[in-house]
Amino acid sequence: MNIVVCVKQTPDTAATVTVEDGKISWGDAPLVLNPWDEFAVEEALRLKEAHGGEVTAISLGPEDAKEALKQSLAMGCENAILVSDPSFAGLDSLQVSKVLAAAIEKVGEVDLVFFGRSSVDTDSGITGSQVARRLGWPALSLVAVINSLDPESKRLEVERMLDETRQQVAASFPAVISVVKEINEPRYPSFMGIRKASKAEIPIWSAAELGLEGDLESALTWPDVYAIPKVETECEFIEGETPEEIAAKLVDRLIEEKVV
Amino acid sequence: MTNKVLVYVDHFKGEALPASWEAIGAARKIAESLGSGVTAVIIGQDVQPLATQAIEYGADDAVVAENPALADFRPEPYADVLSKAAAEADVLLLPTSGRTRELAAMVAVDLETGMAPDVIEIEVDGGLVLATRPIYAGKLLSKVVIKERKPQILTTRSRAFPKPEPDASRSGEITNLEFEVGDVPTEVLGYKEAAGGVSLTDAAVIVSGGRGVSNNPSLTPPDEITDEKDQEIWRAQQGFGLVGDLVGVLNAAMGASRAAVDAGYIPYANQVGQTGKVVSPDLYIANGISGAIQHLAGMRTSKTIVAVNKDPEAPIFRLARFGVVGDLFDVVPALTAAFKERLGK
Amino acid sequence: MDFRLTTEHEMVQKMVRDFARKEVAPTIKEADRKQEMTAHVLPRMGELGILGICIPVRYGGQGMDYISLGLASEELEVIDTTLRVVMSVHNGLASMTLFQWGTEEQKEKYLAPLARGEKIGCGAFSEPGAGSDFANILMTGKRDGDEYILNGEKMWISLATKADFAVVTVRTKSDVAKPSEGLTAYIVELDRPGVSRGDIHGKLGVRAGSTGWISFQDVRVPLENRIGEEGEGFKVTMTAFDHGRYTVAAGATGLIRASLEASVAYAKERSSFGKPIARHQLIQEKIARMARDYEIARLLYLRAGWMKNEGVRNTFETSIAKHFATDASFHAASEAIQIHGAYGFSDEYDVERFMRNARGAMIYEGSSEIQSLIQADYALGYRKDKAVRCELPAYDSQAWQS
Repeated sequence: MNIVVCVKQTPDTAATVTVEDGKISWGDAPLVLNPWDEFAVEEALRLKEAHGGEVTAISLGPEDAKEALKQSLAMGCENAILVSDPSFAGLDSLQVSKVLAAAIEKVGEVDLVFFGRSSVDTDSGITGSQVARRLGWPALSLVAVINSLDPESKRLEVERMLDETRQQVAASFPAVISVVKEINEPRYPSFMGIRKASKAEIPIWSAAELGLEGDLESALTWPDVYAIPKVETECEFIEGETPEEIAAKLVDRLIEEKVV
Repeated sequence: MTNKVLVYVDHFKGEALPASWEAIGAARKIAESLGSGVTAVIIGQDVQPLATQAIEYGADDAVVAENPALADFRPEPYADVLSKAAAEADVLLLPTSGRTRELAAMVAVDLETGMAPDVIEIEVDGGLVLATRPIYAGKLLSKVVIKERKPQILTTRSRAFPKPEPDASRSGEITNLEFEVGDVPTEVLGYKEAAGGVSLTDAAVIVSGGRGVSNNPSLTPPDEITDEKDQEIWRAQQGFGLVGDLVGVLNAAMGASRAAVDAGYIPYANQVGQTGKVVSPDLYIANGISGAIQHLAGMRTSKTIVAVNKDPEAPIFRLARFGVVGDLFDVVPALTAAFKERLGK
Repeated sequence: MDFRLTTEHEMVQKMVRDFARKEVAPTIKEADRKQEMTAHVLPRMGELGILGICIPVRYGGQGMDYISLGLASEELEVIDTTLRVVMSVHNGLASMTLFQWGTEEQKEKYLAPLARGEKIGCGAFSEPGAGSDFANILMTGKRDGDEYILNGEKMWISLATKADFAVVTVRTKSDVAKPSEGLTAYIVELDRPGVSRGDIHGKLGVRAGSTGWISFQDVRVPLENRIGEEGEGFKVTMTAFDHGRYTVAAGATGLIRASLEASVAYAKERSSFGKPIARHQLIQEKIARMARDYEIARLLYLRAGWMKNEGVRNTFETSIAKHFATDASFHAASEAIQIHGAYGFSDEYDVERFMRNARGAMIYEGSSEIQSLIQADYALGYRKDKAVRCELPAYDSQAWQS
C-alpha cells in the first residue's frame, strides 16, 4: 500500500500564545508535530505494518518547518516531503487543499491519504475534506476505527464519529481519511528512527514543481487577531428563599449570558 | 430562488440540530443588512417537515432536495446538491457539526470560495460578512472575511447565536430542487451507539464534585455496610449520583477534585487539576470544591465557572462567574430539575 | 566549540520526556506513597530502547552516544528520581561496565540481553559495613577449580529485587599490601542457588523505586563470569562509578529543573501583599539561584558526556558534575518548598518529593565528601589518571550503529 499522511507543524499546546502587533507569538515554545496528526501517522504506520508498502509524510510550510516531518520519519515513515514556496505563505485551506492535492498526485499511485482531525492552531478541520473533494476521492472524516481493510479488493470499512452516534461506512481506495484520537495510541519515535530522521535530507517541492505557479489566491483574509480579553471575574452570588428558586435564577442567568 | 442568504438545515435522520435554527436567526440579521431574504436548504429523505419548521424559525422560503440515496448523510452527494443550490448565493450559513464542517468544506471547493468554520460572532460591513472565530484552542480570536468570492460560507457555533422563537403563523414557498444523484462513493453499513460518556477534555460542559459529596448528613448507609470507610464511599457514591444527574441533563462530562479521587470516591480518570486533566469547557460547575490552587490550575480557563459551596470564603468563588452559597445536596438536584425544564428534556 | 544540541539529541530529549510525562507522571505520587515501583516502568523503558540507549547496535543497544544517556537521565529525573536510578544502575553500573571490561562472550551473553531490555542489571558494591571505605568490603570469593564461591551481603542495592544480573565486587585476597588490590568483580545471575534478596522500606526518598539487599550464601559462579582479572575488582568498580555518577549528575540537573519549573509556575500563580510572589525580590533570589545552578550543572554533565564520547578519562570532571548537581538539587528542592509555603510542605505538590529524592544522591555513588576528596586529590596533584587496562570505548557513530 502506498500511504500519504499530511502533517502540520504547530506550536506545542502548552505554549502561551499571545498577539504582539497583530502577529501571533508562542514565545520560545517548541514547534511540534500537530498533536492530532500523531494519530494519523500512527494509523498509517499500522496499516503499512499490517499490509506492507510505505508511508510518505507531506507537510506544507516554510523552509525551516521540518520538525513535523522529522518527527514523522522518526516514528517510522519511509519518506518525507516538504511542500514549500514563497507563494504558499499564508494560504487559506481552499488553496492549501489545492497544493496538497497536487503533491499527492505527484507522489502518484496513492491508496490512502491520512489527516488528523484538525490542527491545534487554526482549529478548522476542513483541509482533509477539501483535498478529498479536489482529488475526487471518498472522504472518510473523523474515523475512530478501521474495522477492515483489504488491499486486494481495495475496500475498507470504518466507523466515523458523528455528533450523535458512530456511522459505519464502506468505501474503496483511493480515499482520504481523517482520524480522531480514539483510533489509536501514537508511538514514540524509536532511537533508530531518530537517527534516520536527524540525518534525512528532506526534499522540497516548490510551486513550479507542482505546476501551481501564479494560481493561488486565498479566499479568506484575516483582518484582526487578538487575545481573548481578560475579564476580571466578579462572582455574582445567586440568592433565594429555596434551592428551587436559586436554581431557577441561576439557570436564567446562564441562559441570558448564553452560557447554555 | 431569489434570496441571497442561504441556511443549510443540519439534521440527523430528519431531526434538526437546534443550532440550525440559531443559524437561521443569524442569517436573518445578515439578510436584513443585505436587503435580502433567507432561504433554508434541506437535503435528505422524508425531510419536508424541516422546511416548514425552518420557515417557522424565520426562513422566508425553503428548498428541499429529497432522494432515497440521501437518506444517510454522506458528504459527497450532499455537497453536490448544496453546491448546486448555493451557486448563486451571497452567503451560506450552516450550524457547526462534524457533518457540516466537511459539507461546507466541499462546497467551498466546488464553488472556489472561502469557508470559515465555527464562528461565534457575525457583523456585516459593506455587503461583506465579518466573522469572529476562536483559534488556538480558544486562546485567541480571529476576525475573518471572505472577499471577492461568493458565496461566503460560514458555520456557526452551537449556542453562540440566539435561537429565534418559532412563529407558526409564518408561511413561505417550499420548492423541490431538481437534481440527479451521481455515484455515491461510500456505503453506509449501519450506526453504532458511541461508547462511554463525554470525555473530560472534549467536553463543552463539565460538572465536578469535591470531597464534600460524601457529607450528606440526611443519608443512612444500608445496614450491610458496616465498615466506616465503606460507608463513606457509599455516601460519596450517592453524592456523585446527584452530580451525575446534572451531568446527564447537560450532556456534560463528570469531573472531580483530587481530594475526591484520593479518597477513592471516583476514578483518577475524572480528576481535574494540575495532576489530573487540564480542561477548558464553556461551562464548569464546581460542587463542593473549595478551590485548591492545584484544582484551579486545571480548570481556570473555563469560560464560565459556577461554584456551589457552603463556605462563602472558599477560594473557588474568586474565579467563579456565578456562585451559590449553599448545600450541594439541596442545590444540585434543584439545578438538575431547573435545567431539565428549561432545556426541554 | 558548539553549545547547541544536535537535532538527534533534541529528538532523544523529547521522546524520553514524552514517555516520562505520559506514562509515569500520572501515577508517580501513588507509587511513591505505596513505596512500590510501578510495574510497567521497566518493561516500557526496555521496549522503547532506553535501557540500551548508549550501547552499540551489535550488542543489542540503540547505538546512541553518551550525551544521549545524559539527556535521557535528565528528562527522566524531571518526573521522578527512581526513573533515573534505573539509568544509573542498569545502564551505568551494569551495562557500561560490561561494555568496558567484559570479554566478547560476556558481552554477547550478558550485555546484549541487558541492552535489549530483556534482562535487568544492577551493581552490587556497598555492604552493611562498607560504603565510602569500599576497599574494605568483607564479602569473599574463593576459587574452587573452575568456579568461585561467593559469600557475604550487599546492601543499598538499587533494583536488587528487580534485576536478573548483578555486577558484584568481592574480596578474593586478604594478604595484600593495599586492601584495594585484593578485590575481584563478577557478573552474577541472581537466580543462582544461594542468592536471596529483599527490598528495604522506610526510605526518606526514591520510594517509587526498589532499593534492597542481596545475600550470597555459597553461591557458585563459573570462572567465565569474572569481569577483568583477579585483583582488578577495585578498578572495575571505580570505573563503574564514573558511569553511574555521570547519570546521577545529569539526573540531579533534571531535578533542579523540575524544582525551578514548579517554582516559576507557582510564584506567578500565587499572590501575597497585593502582587504575585514572583515580584518579591526574596523569591526572585531563590529562583535566580535555581536558574543559575541548572545551567552550571547542565554544562558540567554535558562536558563529562562529551569526554566520554571522545574516549577521554573523566573521573575528575564527572566527580565535579555529580557533586555540584546533587548538592544544588537538594538546595533547589528545599527552596522550592519554601516558595510553595505550606502547600510545598504537603504532598499536594511535587516539590516535597523532589527534596526527599534529592537527599539520597548526596550519599550514593560516592558521597559528597568522597567527591571532595577526589577533587582535592586531583587539585593537589596527589592523584593522576592512570591508564586502565580496558578503557570505556569512545563513541563511534558508524561502528555503533551497524
